[in-house]
Order: sequence, then C-alpha cells, then structure tokens
Amino acid sequence: MSAHADTHDAHDDHGHHHKETFITKYIFSQDHKMIAKQYLITGTIMGVIGVMMSMMMRMQIAWPEEPNVIFKALLGDWAPDGVMDADIYLALVTIHGTIMVFFVLTAGLSGTFSNLLIPLQIGARDMASGFLNMISYWLFFISSVIMVSSFFVEAGPAAAGWTIYPPLSALPMAQGGSGAGMTLWLVSMAIFIASSLLGSLNYVVTVINLRTKGMSMTRLPLTIWAFFVTAIIGVISFPVLLSAALLLIMDRSFGTSFFLSDIFIQGEVLHYQGGSPVLFEHLFWFLGHPEVYIVLLPALGITSEIIATNSRKPIFGYRAMVASILAIAFLSTIVWGHHMFISGMNPFLGSVFTFTTLLIAIPSAVKAFNYITTLWKGNLQMNPAMLFSIGLVSTFITGGLTGIILGDSALDINVHDTYFVVAHFHLVMGISALYGMFAGIYHWFPKMFGRMLNKNLGYIHFWVTAVCAYGVFFPMHFIGMAGLPRRYYTNSNFPLFDDLANANVVISIFALVGGIFQLVFLWNFFSSIFYGKKATQNPWRSNTMEWTTPVEHIHGNWPGEIPHVHRWAYDYSKPGHDDDFVSQIVPLKEGEEELQH
Amino acid sequence: MTALLSILVLVFILVAIWQMVKIFDLTQSGKLAGNNQVANDTDNKINGYLMLGFLIFIYVITIICFVKYGDLPLMSNSASEHGPGLDNLMIISMIVIFFVQTVTQYLLHYFAFKYRGEKGKKAVFFADNNKLEAIWTIIPVIVLAGLIIQGLFTWNNIMNVNLEDDPIVIELYAQQFIWKARYSGADNTLGKANVRLIDIDRANILGIDEADPNAKDDVITSELHLPVGRPVLFKMRSQDVLHSAYMPHFRAQMNCVPGMITQFGFTPTITTVDMRETPEMIDKIQNINKIRVEKSKALVAKGEDALERYEFDYLLLCNKICGKSHYNMQMKIIVETQEEYDAWIKEQKLFKNSLTNN
Repeated sequence: MSAHADTHDAHDDHGHHHKETFITKYIFSQDHKMIAKQYLITGTIMGVIGVMMSMMMRMQIAWPEEPNVIFKALLGDWAPDGVMDADIYLALVTIHGTIMVFFVLTAGLSGTFSNLLIPLQIGARDMASGFLNMISYWLFFISSVIMVSSFFVEAGPAAAGWTIYPPLSALPMAQGGSGAGMTLWLVSMAIFIASSLLGSLNYVVTVINLRTKGMSMTRLPLTIWAFFVTAIIGVISFPVLLSAALLLIMDRSFGTSFFLSDIFIQGEVLHYQGGSPVLFEHLFWFLGHPEVYIVLLPALGITSEIIATNSRKPIFGYRAMVASILAIAFLSTIVWGHHMFISGMNPFLGSVFTFTTLLIAIPSAVKAFNYITTLWKGNLQMNPAMLFSIGLVSTFITGGLTGIILGDSALDINVHDTYFVVAHFHLVMGISALYGMFAGIYHWFPKMFGRMLNKNLGYIHFWVTAVCAYGVFFPMHFIGMAGLPRRYYTNSNFPLFDDLANANVVISIFALVGGIFQLVFLWNFFSSIFYGKKATQNPWRSNTMEWTTPVEHIHGNWPGEIPHVHRWAYDYSKPGHDDDFVSQIVPLKEGEEELQH
Repeated sequence: MTALLSILVLVFILVAIWQMVKIFDLTQSGKLAGNNQVANDTDNKINGYLMLGFLIFIYVITIICFVKYGDLPLMSNSASEHGPGLDNLMIISMIVIFFVQTVTQYLLHYFAFKYRGEKGKKAVFFADNNKLEAIWTIIPVIVLAGLIIQGLFTWNNIMNVNLEDDPIVIELYAQQFIWKARYSGADNTLGKANVRLIDIDRANILGIDEADPNAKDDVITSELHLPVGRPVLFKMRSQDVLHSAYMPHFRAQMNCVPGMITQFGFTPTITTVDMRETPEMIDKIQNINKIRVEKSKALVAKGEDALERYEFDYLLLCNKICGKSHYNMQMKIIVETQEEYDAWIKEQKLFKNSLTNN
C-alpha cells in the first residue's frame, strides 16, 4: 500500500513526500477522498441506528402495549416484559430526529459529497486545509459516539424532542431524559457544530480559492454551487444554535434564567425569573429552518448533476437553477417563525412569516419544473442513481406542496404538531434528502471505491423504497388532517382516534418493509467495496472533472498538471460532437461557441 | 408475536429476492465485459415501464386515501364561528395542491417513461428558454399571492379578538399532564395569579392572588363548559413546561408558555348534543364503536375488560411534547345552551370558598 502511494507521490507536484502509514492513510487521513469515505461510513452507521429507532416507534404506534420480542431484545430494561416504556418512546422520537437530521443528512450527506466532490470537480489537489478537514471529521466522530452513548446513562437519553424546547429540556425533574441524557445531547451537539463549522469554512474557502484555470463560477457544476451555498448557510446559522445550546447549558447547570421563568414543578417554586422559552424557539429555529435547506440543497445539487448526466441533456435553465439556490438560501434565513405561529408570539409576526414562507415556494417550483424539462426529449439512462433522482423530484413535489398549507399561519393553527407535519417534512426533506444521498452513493461509488455497485440490487432497493416511502407518508397526511397529534406514545386513550388505528397499522407495515429492504442496499454497499465489478474511468460518461482522474486514488488527484477547464459542465448531446458528452477539460472546437449562461 | 412473524416472513422474502438477483447476474455475466453495471436498453425499458406503474401507484394511493380517510373531520363540521372560513381556505389550498400534484407527477413519470434511453438515440440539446422559465415563475407567484392574501385575512380575523363582543374570559391552565379551567366569574375579570403564589396546603393550586378582589368569584374546574354562540377568550398559562391547548373541532390551538400569558378566542356554534346528532358524526361514531366492539372481543378472550361504548365529546388535547404522560393529557369540553351553562356554573365552588384554612 505504501509502495503504490510512493509511486504516485512521484507525480505529485505538491510534493507530499512523507511516507504514509496505515494510521495516516486510513485513520488520521488528511486526504479529502478518504475523509469523504470516513464521513460516509460513519453516516451510514448512524443511519442504521436512526432507521432502527423509527421502526421501533412504528411498531409501538401500530401495536401499542403489546409485548414485542424486538423491544425486549433491543431496549432491555426500557421495555419490561417487552412492552415499551413511555419515556423511552419519547427518547426514540428525540434521538431519531437528531441523528437523521444532523448526523445522517447533514454530516453524512454534506460531509461525504462536499469532501469528495469539491476538490475533484473544481480541479484542486485537496481541500484548502486538509488538517482542519481531518479535525472536522474526528469531531463529528466524537459527537456521534457521545450521542449514541447517551442510551447507556441511567435515566435515559434526551427525550424532549429534537427541538429540545426548554423548560422540558432544562429541568431534570420534568422528565428522566432531561438529566444526564440531555447534558450528553448538548455536549454532543456543541462538538457537532464545531465540526460542521470547520467543514463549512473549508468548503467555502476551497471553492473560492482553489478552482483550476478556466473554472469560473458560471462554469461550476450545480453540485458545487449547492455545496458552496449550503456551507455558507451553515456558517451563518449553526453558530446561533451553538449559542442557544450554551445558554441552555447555563440555565441547566449554572442557575441563569435565559429561557426560564415562573416555574412550579413537583411541589416547589424554582428560582428562575424573567426568561422566555419563546426566545429559545427563535434561536433554535434560526438554525432549525435553514437546516432544512442545509439538508436539502446538497441533495438537489447531486440530483441536478445526475439528472443531466443520465438524461444526456444539459440541465435546463442553469442560470435559473443557480438563482433559485441563492434565493432559497436567502429566504431560508427569514422564515423560521413559521414553526412558531402558535407559540404565543405576536400574531403580526405570523403574517410576516407567512408571506416570506410562501415566497420560498417560487424558487422551489422553478427547480421542480426545470428538472422535469431536463427529462423532456432526453435519452434517459435508468441507472439506480437516476431512479433515485427522479424519485427525489417526485417526493420533493409531493412533500413541498403541503408546505403551502403549513406555511399559512391560519391553516397551521389546525394541523400544527399533527401527523400532517410529520408527513410533510419526512417527504420533503427526509426522504428527498435520503434519495439524494442514495443517488450520490450509486453515482459516485465508482469514484470512491473504484468498483461498481450491483445495479439489479440497486433497482430492487429503489422500487421497494419508493413504494414504501409513499405508503408510509401519503396516508400519514390524512391521519394528521383528522387531528392526530404527533409524539403520542399511544393513541388508545382517545377513542376519537380509534378509526385511525388501521391506517397506522398499514403505515407501520410499509415502514417495516421499507426499513428491512435497506439491508439490500447495505449488502450491496459493503460487499461491492470488496467484490464489486471493477470500474472504468468514466462509467456514466459524464462531463465533470472528477471522471478525468485515475480510478486508483492518488494523493493530489491528478498525476501531473491539473487540467484546465474550457466549457461548462453540461455539454451533453451538443450538436457538432460525435459523442453525447464533452468533458469540461476539452477545449472548444474552432468556431464552436460556448453557451452564454 | 405477529410483528415478529411478519418480520421473519419479510426476511425470507428478502433472501429469496437476493437469490433471484444472483441468478439473474449469473445469466448475464459473460455477455458484457467491464461496464455491465451501467444501465442498458433492457434496464431502461423495464424501469421506464415501472415509472409509468409508479405514477399509477401514486394516483391509486391518493384515491384510496381519499375514499378511506377522506371524511376529513378537520375540513368540515367545524364547531366554531371562524371554522368555516378556515375550512374554505383549506379546501382551496387542497384543490390547488392536488391539481399541481396530479399534473407534475404525470409529467415527471410520463417523461421518464417516454424518453427512456435507447442505444443510438440522441437527446435534444435544449439548455435554456427564458419564456418558459418566466411562465413557471409567474404562475406560482400569482397563485401564491392569492393564497397569501386570503390566508392573511383569515389569520387576522382569527387572531384579533374583538373585546367589544364582550367575550367570556376563561383561563386554561396547564401543568404536567392535567388541564384546569378558571372562569372569571360575574365580573368577567380573572384575578391576578402567579405560580409563586401556589399554596398546596390551602388548596390554592393555580397560584391565584387571594388579595385581589377580582379573584374572589373565580371558579376552577377540570371540565370546560362553554355556552353556545357566546365569544370566548382563553387566557393560557402553564406552570411547568410548554404545553399546547389544541381543540381540533373548534380549529383552535395555542401554546401555553410558563412565565407568560398567551391567548386565543373563538365562538362555539354547535352544542355537544347537536354535534352528536349530525349525520357525519353519527357515521363516525358508529364506525368507531364497531372497531371497539371488535377490539373488545380480543380483549375479553384474553380475560381483560371490554372497552366502553364511545360517545362523542369535544376535546382539549395537549399538542406540545411535555413529558412522560403527554399522550394522555386531555380535558373534556362541553358546549351547551346558555341556560344549561348558567345552571352548571352556579353549582361550582367559588375560589374564595374553595380555599382550606389551616
């Protein structure tokens, strides 16, 4: 292993002449390709944990109070005789949300593909700072370990919902999970945010400074635009969550009253005075809403790239796509109040946030229409990545449309915190972003591991997942519109909802099938790393620069000079060329015009 | 047990499929060297047709959901004055959504089917069209502008409580897993209160200021009675963590925040008795009772008690995660005629008489 690293070092004009050991290559690596793999594998493991939690919740909702061997095996004392405890149900709700949003869809998605693709697609040897990049991954790893370890503290993990609204999260006497579990949650998230900030800063600096000659901003692939803007949103909004978490730590441990006031609990009046939980909600959602786009934009960027490549057509409306990414990024920072219409804030603010929120539908609609138009008169190559991208557009539309209802303060009164919300955000950011991640994995697996994923397993994975995703979340809108609140351990105390029990069983069956079929993917993923078919250099016949690097990873990415860029990334099926793709590094032919964009 | 069995069955199906894929792979190997994990014409064709099938699946699941769960209790049969306006807005939004959903999903999946790849075919080089893009920017703008304007009017109408209508002022008081209501009595003014004044020994459980003359005729209850046709203004308080007072039948919801008083007002329009007799409600309750009878059979077989027959009542639910028993934090609401209400409130103990002296 070190032998071939040495031979490639000879080509490396950056002059990394140090000898690579197992530790520097696989563990404390500063190479962006290895760090991407580390992010992906850690994110995948967290994803397995998060999905298992959701399956346990679905079993509990469909068959409440029934002894279940799986609960007994996995939850131990939390499920005496196999019947799930109400405390642990809320903990599952909380940790599932936290893990999926932050650890899988932020770090797992953005961390993997930003790291892998930014240097490769802009023509850079590595990230601006390989060292910070390494630190960023290891902070993420530490925070993952802390988050999972909170399942092993005595009173259980945090259980106040992933939004951890105080006072519930601030007072250990309010629920078991608000003791040591909550402390671990806050510490883990603080470290996570540090990791995310280091990563984001690195991405922004790299995109601005390290583009190869000819790679102007208007020639950037849409993936890079998405990662770049995502990183900027992250840098702007994550610090606010960090400060909220720090203030909450102060309230919990040092007696301050930022978020707490006038509390009487368990027979005693607490000393807190003058704080407001609504302040916390503002701080939380100032990150919380942009977070949705931190999760979603990279998925949309990946989709843009994959749809164009596999349609063998330029992405339709490149300028409009970039503009809508920027518009979404800008609007995402001024819509957070739509999570708080009924929080007790001034109703006038509700009007303002309704207005800004519904505006976001416009760039989103432009994106959806542009994807559809890209398919029109294409020559669609139905690779698994393409299927997941089309699936993303489908769930993005279905889930996004119900945002028109939730973003409208008047309508939100009635569906706020019901299953309607759960259905909405799972489709529009959960499933969509997950599809984006799967699409990215199927598409860039050859680049990451030099081998191909099995396509037939990929097809099975996609179709079962697609059917199950709709089977789970489509009916869920309807039980929400019947008024069923989310985060209820069981609905059996409300005979009013008895007629929804059957729908919940159907949903749970779809969820379990869909969850179990992810094993197909895991099998495909891990076995293909070692036994997959060897990949060729440019298996999807794509234009972007990462496919001009050798299949074997080398430090510095390109042997010899970094190629220069002469055209945008979407010259697919361009008239005047024999092939239906023209790599970005191919100079313009004599008399050939570059598209004005 | 059923869950375990179904999971086992699924695992076996999974194994079977995996085996089939293996066989399929084996038959293919040798035919194509190198790049055989890239989609070929057969794959494009099969997946193209599956896309069409998936479109039908989306439509079918939509129809099934509407037929099976589409009585949508939250979109008709509202029991408050502002309810129908809100329901209207909901219905308009739903129509817009379902129109757009049907058309765009059709285009997406139909294109995926129609333009499935074939060897030798070349895609059309079509990168930009300002006119098209302008159209699909402007149409959403117009539609959304309409929805925003109607939404804002509805919202302002709901949130601006008109004090000239002389609403009955009632406090909703939340604490972990219990709701209480405090009526303001003949003066229609709530006595001052703060959780710091809670004195369990004197049964002053809501922390009402005993020195405040307005507090003397306050009435604390654990059931919410409302006279039909009279505006009500709820003042919400919480003593410990966030709660949310959700009254779905009245299209009403507001968070209860410790350290702060929030408010929500509405006018109930249908009494509990009348609501029970609406045809939709009769159907719904019959259906629920049928389900309960079925469930009871299983329970009795296990040696447990059968479920009681269910009769409809309006409910106040907690809809903000508040701890272990969040799922069981509810209060019955009874809407009745003014006379019934007057008779009921007369029977309740006044705050000044409810205190114990020791």
